[in-house]
Amino acid sequence: MSNRITSKLQEDKKLLSIYFTAGYPTLNETVKIIEDLEKNGVDMIEIGLPFSDPLADGPTIQESSTAALKNGMTTEVLFNQLKDIRKTVSIPLIIMGYFNPMLQYGVEAFCKKCQEIGIDGLILPDLPLDIYQEDYEAIFRKYGLLNVFLITPQTSEARIRKIDDASNGFIYMVSSASVTGSKSGFGQEQESYFERIAAMNLNTPQIVGFGIKDKETFKQATKTAKGAIIGSAFIKHLTANGTGKTADFVNLIR
Amino acid sequence: MNYNADEKGYYGEFGGAYIPEMLYPNVEELRQNYIKLMYEDSFQKEFNQLLKDYVGRPSPLYFAKRLSEKHGCKIYLKREDLNHTGAHKVNNTIGQILMAQKLGKTRIIAETGAGQHGVATATVCALMGMECIVYMGEIDIARQAPNVARMKMLGAEVRPAKSGSRTLKDATNEAIRDWINNPVDTHYIIGSAIGPHPYPDMVTRFQSVISEEIKWQLKEKEGRENPDYVVACIGGGSNAAGTYYHFLHEPEVGIIAVEAAGKGVNSGESAATSALGKVGIIHGCKTMLMQTTDGQITEPYSISAGLDYPGVGPMHSHLYKSGRAEFYSATDDEAMAAGLELSQLEGIIPAIETGHAFAIFEHKKFKKDDVVVISLSGRGDKDLNTYIDYFKLA
Repeated sequence: MSNRITSKLQEDKKLLSIYFTAGYPTLNETVKIIEDLEKNGVDMIEIGLPFSDPLADGPTIQESSTAALKNGMTTEVLFNQLKDIRKTVSIPLIIMGYFNPMLQYGVEAFCKKCQEIGIDGLILPDLPLDIYQEDYEAIFRKYGLLNVFLITPQTSEARIRKIDDASNGFIYMVSSASVTGSKSGFGQEQESYFERIAAMNLNTPQIVGFGIKDKETFKQATKTAKGAIIGSAFIKHLTANGTGKTADFVNLIR
Repeated sequence: MNYNADEKGYYGEFGGAYIPEMLYPNVEELRQNYIKLMYEDSFQKEFNQLLKDYVGRPSPLYFAKRLSEKHGCKIYLKREDLNHTGAHKVNNTIGQILMAQKLGKTRIIAETGAGQHGVATATVCALMGMECIVYMGEIDIARQAPNVARMKMLGAEVRPAKSGSRTLKDATNEAIRDWINNPVDTHYIIGSAIGPHPYPDMVTRFQSVISEEIKWQLKEKEGRENPDYVVACIGGGSNAAGTYYHFLHEPEVGIIAVEAAGKGVNSGESAATSALGKVGIIHGCKTMLMQTTDGQITEPYSISAGLDYPGVGPMHSHLYKSGRAEFYSATDDEAMAAGLELSQLEGIIPAIETGHAFAIFEHKKFKKDDVVVISLSGRGDKDLNTYIDYFKLA
């Protein structure tokens, strides 16, 4: 399967991917944030569909999700906001969210809508590999959506191989045992984990997430991996500066 | 029909393990080992010994004469309130702390609503000399002060959950986040029959001692093992799961669940999941849960902190959907009145959670010969402040 994500992964550069929570800090700036990120040289975007109970996320993303829901963000609202997004941007777009809102929308209806809009992939942390393969893989494929799985420092080698086989875009490599936004800086432990994964010569490129917040951590994370994802640090930037200063943030990273 | 979990943790369409990859190693380790470990002779021996000498089991099955006269049937009370720590919760925490030891874990985390599970966890951690951190919603900390003090006295750290509705659901989220952050040395003792497989099945098996005892106790008293009905209150559903377990496949035993209707099922302030919920994913399992049409989990309400949960264990969703169990709900007022009635007819002050089970008589008429066993899941000491306010006792 190929789409904007797989093409982007073939470019000879380290990829910077940014996560933001749709509907935060205000309800109606989703498109503006996406356009600004593309304009400022970001390579890929994860649009967070907020959930009331984001159990893999730390306080920053939790709070942005709560605020976004309070602002009125829903699955339907997000799809409406994005309906013309492909008229203005060509950057790979991924929706990242928890499985229950997708289940309530209807998995097939959700995937179909994503295809119509021009979404390239999904990250659903609480939809595990075996359930995906048994119940949903065919639907994702039908609508041309890549599904991104996570691995962590505790994931066994055998399971990493299994995830590698099941992956069709990139592997989301969680940098450390943590929820989002909780560790500061990478140490020896992360470095040896990054090297261990690199030495496995996986078929699927890896993009590192969790704990990346500045030039230094981006550089460390992408020494062996194909790219890095920044979430909490960007949300904090939005909280402090609003949506007008995206360039400043991207310049802090590279 | 089978009412137990299958190999993947499904009860009919409910259950499973919808967990982020970060939890996979721990949950998988547990899944692969829990059955094998808990039925080893040495485990069973230690578990049963502790239940006997430390918890005080078997808990009595008491014929409630005056309550029976009042409601025109034969009512037996399964006295889980007489367990050490005052509720059924300790059956599970004893089992799980032994499990944690077998798995080589040194640090224990738990969530708690009313504080009963937190106290039961803090207790077994003190017993085994293990570090204990209990997550509890900020609102629950305020309304369950005596249990917070007990946990602290037992050496546990009580961490407030400040997100969302600041009750049981949010305490559970925080405990899960802690487990993600501490994947190697920590065991998460879930207190109810909820969570990813194998938790609902494991908790149910540890709690099944309740119905195991009811069988032989009823045989002694009534000459038969099976009552006509077993009744329990349901939040997540651990006391209910244990009370039903050995009767699930005995068709002549009617199974009755009483949920918390709060201020009324349709008042907007309720925790009656079977009436208000739809199938969804909460805390790692597919089950009935209260949510918006958009799939956001809604904030439940009940006067009792222990039933203030927007979901129900997957086993119970299956019992509801399949029609095996009858589901009712009792309002705050009905539960409080039933608690007062039990106090004054039998001299037993129940937990407010438990009061909901006794409100069944407002909703269902039993026949004169019916033998009805009610799970008296907890005692009311922790709720005295709420009773004082409600009945203006001070």
